[in-house]
Amino acid sequence: MTKVKSLADLKKMKEDLQSKVNLREKGDNVERMVQVKVSMATCGIAAGAKEVMNQLITELDNRSVDAVVTQTGCMGYCHAEPTIEVTLPNNDPVVFGHVDDKKVVEIIEQYIIAGKLVDGVIPVNYETVKEHKNK
Amino acid sequence: MANYKNHVLVCSGTGCRASQGEEIVLNLEAEIEKNGLGEEVQVVRTGCFGFCEKGPVVKMIPDNTFYVQVTPEDASDLVSEHLVKGRQVERLLFTDPETKEKVADSKKMGFYKKQIRLALRNCGFINPENIHEYIARDGYAALGKAFTMKPEEVIQEIIDSGLRGRGGGGFPTGLKWDITRKVQAEQKYVVCNADEGDPGAFMDRSILEGDPHSVLESMAINGYCTGATKGLIYIRAEYPLAINRLKIAIEQARELGLLGTDILGSGFDFDVEIRYGAGAFVCGEETSLIHSMEGHRGEPTVKPPFPSESGYKGMPTNVNNVETYANIPVILLEGAKYFASIGTEKSKGTKVFALAGKVNNVGLIEVPMGITLREVIFDIGGGIKDGKKFKSVQTGGPSGGCLTEKHLDIPIDYDNLLASGSMMGSGGMIVMDEDDCMVSVAKFYLDFTVEESCGKCAPCRIGNKRLYEMLDKISEGKATEADLGRLRNLANVIKDTSLCGLGQTSPNPVLSTMDNFRDEYLAHVKDKKCPAGQCKSLLQYVIDAEPCIGCTACVRVCPVDAISGEKKQPHTINQETCIKCGACMDKCKFKAISIQ
Ligand SMILES: Cc1cc2nc3c(=O)[nH]c(=O)nc-3n(C[C@H](O)[C@H](O)[C@H](O)COP(=O)(O)O)c2cc1C
Ligand code: SF4
Repeated sequence: MTKVKSLADLKKMKEDLQSKVNLREKGDNVERMVQVKVSMATCGIAAGAKEVMNQLITELDNRSVDAVVTQTGCMGYCHAEPTIEVTLPNNDPVVFGHVDDKKVVEIIEQYIIAGKLVDGVIPVNYETVKEHKNK
Repeated sequence: MANYKNHVLVCSGTGCRASQGEEIVLNLEAEIEKNGLGEEVQVVRTGCFGFCEKGPVVKMIPDNTFYVQVTPEDASDLVSEHLVKGRQVERLLFTDPETKEKVADSKKMGFYKKQIRLALRNCGFINPENIHEYIARDGYAALGKAFTMKPEEVIQEIIDSGLRGRGGGGFPTGLKWDITRKVQAEQKYVVCNADEGDPGAFMDRSILEGDPHSVLESMAINGYCTGATKGLIYIRAEYPLAINRLKIAIEQARELGLLGTDILGSGFDFDVEIRYGAGAFVCGEETSLIHSMEGHRGEPTVKPPFPSESGYKGMPTNVNNVETYANIPVILLEGAKYFASIGTEKSKGTKVFALAGKVNNVGLIEVPMGITLREVIFDIGGGIKDGKKFKSVQTGGPSGGCLTEKHLDIPIDYDNLLASGSMMGSGGMIVMDEDDCMVSVAKFYLDFTVEESCGKCAPCRIGNKRLYEMLDKISEGKATEADLGRLRNLANVIKDTSLCGLGQTSPNPVLSTMDNFRDEYLAHVKDKKCPAGQCKSLLQYVIDAEPCIGCTACVRVCPVDAISGEKKQPHTINQETCIKCGACMDKCKFKAISIQ
C-alpha cells in the first residue's frame, strides 16, 4: 500500500474510495451486483454467522449471482443473530434476522433473485449522524 | 425484478405478536386474495419496529405509511382503502402527542427512532478489517483536521462538546486531556481502557470488533493534543476477536502511514501497542491497570496522583475508555455544537448500553442521554419477555444499583442515576421481572465483588465477605430485622473506607435494593418468605388434598422419604426433612403439589 502523506492525500483517497463504492453500485452490471454484509461480532459468530457467510458465498456462486459478501461489526440486534444486510442495486438495505441454512436459501431465491421480501426483516430502529443532523 | 408493487410489513416482534400480530397477517393475506391483489401485494412479517407501546404496527412500502394499534378487524379497511383505492386510513395513523396532528410517513416520524448512532456509527456498516472502508466514511479525517488546529483548540472543542468519560466515572474528557497536556515531561502516554469487566457488558468489545480504527484515530488525536507519542491499549485476553481486529487495524494504519512517523506530513509521530489483561475486574480501575501494564500486581493505589500527572512508568498518562475515544472523531468532524445539542444539561451526547435480561429485544443500543428507562425498556427493548411484569432494572454493574417502577420516567444521565442510588457505569443494563428476587440479585453482585476484590484493603476484603454472609443468612431465612440495620451499617462503612472505586461502590447493589425493595427484605426476615419464589430455603412444597388421589408416585421418587400418607388418601410432606429438590412436583400427574 502506498502511504498517505498529507491531508490532501487522505481527502483524495477518500474520494477515490467513494467513487469506487459508487462505481460498484452504479457500474455496468447494475442488474446483478448485490451487496451482502454479515454481522460478525462475537455474538454473531457464536450464533453461527461464519457458517452463514460461507454458505452465502457458496450458494450465491452456485446460482451465478454477482454479489459481494463482506463481514461487518455488530448491528446491535443480538436477539436476532445471525443477522445479514442485503442491498439490492437501487434499493435500500434490508436486514434479515435469525438467518440459518434454510433462510439463506430462501433469501437468495426469494429476495435476491426474485425480488420478493421474505419474513424476518428487521426494521432499522436508529438514526445515523447525518440523518439526525439534517432533521 | 419484483412483480410485487406493494409490501405490507407487519411487526411480529414478541410484543406485537402477543397483541394479535399473527392474526393481522392472516386477515391481511385473506383480504388481499379476496380483492385479487395476490400477485401485486406481499405481506411480510418483520422483527420489532421498536414502537411497541403503539403496537401492533403495520408499515406500507413503498410509501412508508405507518399504521399503529392495528387490530385484525382493521385488515379489510387497510386493504380496501389503502391498497385498492390508495387512500390512507386516517383513524389508524399515529397522532403526534404535541401537535395533535396525524403523521403518516414514518420517515417524518424521527421521534419514533429513539436511537442515534455516534459511537457505533461504523459498527455494522464497514468491514472492520479493511481500512479503506473506514477512510471512505471519513476515517482519519478528524486526525487530519486536528493537525490543522492547535492542540489547545482541539481540546477546547472537546471541552465545549461536554463529553464525559464513558468508562463509568463520567469525568469531563476535555479537562482530563488538558491536565495531561499541561504537565511537563519527556515522555507521555495515551492509554485506552478496554478491560470491560462488568458482568453482562459488551459495549467496548463491540466497538473494537466493529470499528477498531476509530479508537486508534482518537488515541492519535489525544497524542497530538497532550504531547504523547505512545499509545497503549489494555484489553482482556478473553476478547480474541477484538484483539485480532485491533492487530489488523494497527498493521494497516502503519502501512498507510497513519500511525508511525510524520503522520500526514504533520511532523507528529505516534504508534500504538496492545497490552493484555488477564480479566480481573479491578484491573479496569485506572491505577491498577497501569500497574498491571508495568508488570506489577494489578492493585490500585491512592489517587492523587492521578494518572494524568503520574501514570505509566511515572509519566503523565491519559486514560480513557473505548467508547469515550469512539466519540472523538464525531465531535471534531460534526462540531462540538452538534454533539452538545444531544443530551441533557450536564450529560451530552449518547450512551451505548448492552440491554439484557428479561426484555424481548436483547441487544446493543445507543441512545441520547436524557432518554427515559421506560423508553429504553419498552420502546426499544420491546417490553418484558413472556408478558411478565416489570420489576427492576440494574444499571452500573457491580458498582450500580437496582432501580424500580418509580424511576422509569427519569431522564437517564450521570447525575440522575447517581441521585437515584445507581450509576451510569460503563453501560450494562439488566432488566428484571416479577420472578426475580432482589435479595438474590444483591447476593449475585456481592459474590462477584468478593471474588474480584484484590484484597489490598480490609474494608473491601473482609467487609464484603461479611456482607455476603449476611445476605446469605437473609436468603436462608435465618436473619432478623436487627440484621437489616447491621447490613446497612456495614455497607456504609465499606463505602466510606475502601481504598479504590471497587470497594467504594460494591455495597451499592445491597443499599439500592434495600431502599427500593424494603418489603421484600422484610418478607425474608419477618415472614421467612421469598415473594419471588427464588430463595430455596424459604420455599415449601405442599400437597393440596383436593387433587391428590394418593397414587404414591411422589413417595417413591422422594430421595429423603419426606412424604407420607395412606394409599388412595391425600399425602403430606414433612417440611423438616424436605430438601426442596422438586422431584415430587415433576412426578405428580395431578398437579397436586405446589410451591408456597
Ligand atoms: C473497579 C473498577 C473497574 C473499572 N473498570 C473499568 C473498565 O472496565 N473500563 C473502563 O473504561 N473503565 C473502568 N473503570 C474506570 C477507570 O478507572 C477510569 O475511570 C476510566 O477508564 C477513565 O476513562 P473515561 O474517563 O474515558 O471513562 C473502572 C473503575 C473501577 C473502580
Ligand atoms: S477496595 Fe477492594 S479492590 Fe480496591 S484496593 Fe481495596 S481491596 Fe482492592
